Amino acid sequence: MLSKKNKEALFNPLSKDNPILVQILGICSSLAVTASLEPAIVMGISVIAVLAFSNVIISFLRKTVPTNIRIIVQLVVIAALVIIVQQILVAYNYDVSKKLSVFIGLIITNCIIMGRLEAFAMHNSPWPSFLDGVGNGLGYTIILVIVAFFRELLGSGTLFGFKVIPQWCYDHGYMDNGLMILPPMALITLGCIIWYHRAHNKELQEN
Amino acid sequence: MEELNLFIKSIFIDNMIFAYFLGMCSFLAVSKNVKTALGLGIAVTFMLVVTVPINYMLNKYVLQEGALTWLSPSLAGVDLSFLGLILFIAVIASATQLVEMAVEKFSPSLYASLGIFLPLIAVNCAILGAALFMQQRDFSSAWTATVYGAGSGIGWLLAIVGIAAIREKIAYSDIPKPLRGVGIAFIITGLMGIAFMSFLGIRLG
Repeated sequence: MLSKKNKEALFNPLSKDNPILVQILGICSSLAVTASLEPAIVMGISVIAVLAFSNVIISFLRKTVPTNIRIIVQLVVIAALVIIVQQILVAYNYDVSKKLSVFIGLIITNCIIMGRLEAFAMHNSPWPSFLDGVGNGLGYTIILVIVAFFRELLGSGTLFGFKVIPQWCYDHGYMDNGLMILPPMALITLGCIIWYHRAHNKELQEN
Repeated sequence: MEELNLFIKSIFIDNMIFAYFLGMCSFLAVSKNVKTALGLGIAVTFMLVVTVPINYMLNKYVLQEGALTWLSPSLAGVDLSFLGLILFIAVIASATQLVEMAVEKFSPSLYASLGIFLPLIAVNCAILGAALFMQQRDFSSAWTATVYGAGSGIGWLLAIVGIAAIREKIAYSDIPKPLRGVGIAFIITGLMGIAFMSFLGIRLG
């Protein structure tokens, strides 16, 4: 079940081969949803689901799909899965789906998914592909959660919508940094995370 | 006047890159020098001008609730909007293919200068994103939607050319090692985003 290769497929994307920090995939839809923790986590779970199942489906189809039309087949599989996720969200968690607005739809063009389908699912059997999908989805979610944690904490003084910075801090002149809520700070936060990550993983540094 | 307002707004205030982070992947990958960045920017602008009105017509006459009434009054209750994603991406993928073939036939020199970037546009989030925002904002006519597409494209073009110019210069600076490459590109993009935010609240007419 979990041979050495499968373990690598599952755990490497968490840090050493992280889709956001190292492969630089899936930045597009991810950063706009990180102003607070709840939408970030919902987005992460949606991506894990779509990525894992599209990996499995494409892996089953990998020998029957002609190479010329594989992009279209992949897009159809992804789009069908994304529509399912979108309908479930609208049905069970309407507020968050409103907050995420178009970004759930944009999972279709999320480069992580196309990237993993091309790089992994096209050459591997379903079970490792499933693990690879879950691993990469988790790696993506972790980064979303870290960014969202700092932005929500510093930007609005809350976590999951609960006040965590006590009132006496505000009484003594502490202020929430409104800049953290604005989109550009997501990029700068991510830049700092990359800085930290590469300082500890010297082999990833560029010249 | 309303169109001009929308045009300026979609270039500077609702900029695809700095306000919504759309098209980030190719933005970071292709922004190493100004010339290729300009080529990709023009290609993306062109695709937006072509696909946004097509998707607008699709949305208005096929997908929306009651949109099929023109076909037969009995279809007034049909709501196909859940099919939006799959149709939009199909339109974008096929438009990319068509544009690629047309450009290759009629202007080989432009085709040569765009090269690999044309097919890659199909998976550029900025284009699908514009289609989805168009659906959300409910524009009044196909012309308004075209203006929105053109504005978003030009905004994207400005952003990618700007960052490519900065990255060309920054190659000579002494940046901390872990930050080199992508790290500093992220931070520059963030700072440029803050600069673009100074356009917030501009109103015309």
